[in-house]
Amino acid sequence: MTADVPVRPGRAVARGSAAGQAEGSTGGPARGSTGGPARSGAAAPARGPTATDRLQRLLALVPYVVSRNVVGMAETAAAFGISERELVDDLNMLWCVELRSPDPYCPIDLSYEGGEIMVSEAEAMDRPLRLGVDEACALLVALRMLAELPSIGDGSALSRTIAKLEAAAGAAGNPSAQVAVHVDDVTSQSVTAHVTDALNRSRRLHISYYVPGRDEATERDVDPMRLLVVEGRSYLEGWCRRASAVRLFRLDRVLSIQVLDIAKDVPAGAEPVDVDGGLFRPSPEDVRVELELAPGGRWVAEYYPCERVEELDDGRLRIRLRTPDTEWVRRLALRLGEDGRVISPGELARQVTVDASAALRQYE
Amino acid sequence: MSRRKTERLLSLVVCLLSARRYLTASQIRDAVPGYPDSFDAFKRMFERDKDELRELGIPLETGMNAGGEDEPGYRISQQAYELPDIRLEPDEAAVLGLAARVWRRAELAGAAEGALLKLRAAGIDAEDMTQPGIEPRLQTGEAAFGPLWEAVRDRRPVSFEYLAPGRSSPQRRQLEPWGVVNRRGRWYVVGHDRDRGEQRVFRLSRVLGQVQLTGPAGSVTVPPGTDVRAAVRDWDHTDAPPPEICKLRIRSGGAYGLRRHAVSTKPDAEPGWDLVEVPFSDIGWSAEHIASFGADVVVLEPVDLREAVIGRLKGALA
Repeated sequence: MTADVPVRPGRAVARGSAAGQAEGSTGGPARGSTGGPARSGAAAPARGPTATDRLQRLLALVPYVVSRNVVGMAETAAAFGISERELVDDLNMLWCVELRSPDPYCPIDLSYEGGEIMVSEAEAMDRPLRLGVDEACALLVALRMLAELPSIGDGSALSRTIAKLEAAAGAAGNPSAQVAVHVDDVTSQSVTAHVTDALNRSRRLHISYYVPGRDEATERDVDPMRLLVVEGRSYLEGWCRRASAVRLFRLDRVLSIQVLDIAKDVPAGAEPVDVDGGLFRPSPEDVRVELELAPGGRWVAEYYPCERVEELDDGRLRIRLRTPDTEWVRRLALRLGEDGRVISPGELARQVTVDASAALRQYE
Repeated sequence: MSRRKTERLLSLVVCLLSARRYLTASQIRDAVPGYPDSFDAFKRMFERDKDELRELGIPLETGMNAGGEDEPGYRISQQAYELPDIRLEPDEAAVLGLAARVWRRAELAGAAEGALLKLRAAGIDAEDMTQPGIEPRLQTGEAAFGPLWEAVRDRRPVSFEYLAPGRSSPQRRQLEPWGVVNRRGRWYVVGHDRDRGEQRVFRLSRVLGQVQLTGPAGSVTVPPGTDVRAAVRDWDHTDAPPPEICKLRIRSGGAYGLRRHAVSTKPDAEPGWDLVEVPFSDIGWSAEHIASFGADVVVLEPVDLREAVIGRLKGALA
């Protein structure tokens, strides 16, 4: 077929339009395009420089355009996480594909005149490659996790999406049944519902919040920023008006919650927490605490972010952490009993001894 | 990166996808530009190219044409290659966008992005705007996650060094992994422990060093009806129902963390103290929790809980 198409002049194509014969929209029919433009930069893949990475992108590019009939260069570049220059290079490479035998022909014909891409010949490349096992499972596991969260209001959209994705993935999705994510079930549904309600309506929240490190219930007004689900727990991130700072509140420690009839007012400079960089980051003013843990206390190193973890003999650990408030360390040391010991600061170690003696006197 | 290689692989895919028949190696060499002239050099390069395409999940088939040459040929079946038709409503595309972000920077982040790319190519605009400000994440900080997921996916047995809680040295475990489970932010692997001859659950953060694959793909059979999620839940006894009530004396205004769970609270005969009843299920854990409140709490009963708390406190004194 199309043996009359002129043979491309090698790789040295550098013109604005790849073809003059792209009149009309001879590309495939639009398939299920949902209309809106792809959000720029959304989950832009960080492409490695390997040949196969680029091949995957090239194989996706043709159906991306075909399914949309005509699509803008800027929008396409953003959807693929590349620059427009890289996109032009990709389009030229596709246009230059030439098969030499039995008769020389160019299977792909496209144009990108005036910043709009159109594909008029796509041969058998007009559909994307099916999902691989990791790809199908990554999405299915994530969708099923979302389905467990009370904060994702519309469960029906999730179950419909899961069903459609399972059908499209076929056997590639099967191993996803071997991965399960169990999110905390201790947060009350009503707390979560109040947080999402306040987020949706941009209202201020009043919460009564338990701070275990100081063993107290505190009253706060919070302007909600995000609802985070990290490391299996739900957190409200917001501007705490009591602390005048961005704070994270674990939802299972919210004792009571009220949506106030006040518009939220998050200061322009309030920085969201970098969720992917770890929730808790030490500050330079923090106290440096060293603990020695017996095997029974090793969980501490898993549970709290440590600055340093050193293996000692007999399965013991020496850990170092930083904290703005050492009161919880005193409680931790009592909890650990013989499974842990405060090494430094010395004053903290002495306080633990005082605490333990005072508690033991109650039993005399 | 090699531009010529990308061009060659691209032409090869297009050539095999559009072929109506199996193409022999020499037909492929004639059609696809970029292969060396020497047939041996071509064969070597073609073998590598085939492997790379298969690694990308491209279904490269080998077969013979009916009544044709007696040499096997290659093609890519369009039906096997293509993502089946999938159309999503805007609300479905939105949750898909949110799902793709769940793995951000974790083990399967690249896979999720690759899937999103293909779905975009199928005409889906997956935007992440479900609801304002909801950010669910799955982390895979445990080094063992990657190899264990691969082992589960490919049904391969593994072995690894495992430091069980309370032990001072690790032990090598031989496992037929059935599944990986994230529970409250921590990853676990469930499977058949070959040495113990039983189902076992391991926490990934306690796996030390490398996970070794000890058998070929497909050599692990997951028993029908296995519920890996339930296995981890049963193993993690914190889910057990609270079967007992303990009686505590709590200083007024103190130990809020225990009072939160109280089933009854009344003033003690001695002023400044309350009598509080709290449900508990695990003596060890509850003793640690109660000890952490120091002199604000005294356990009245049961006796074994009282002794366990005293033991903890004495340990802290030592």
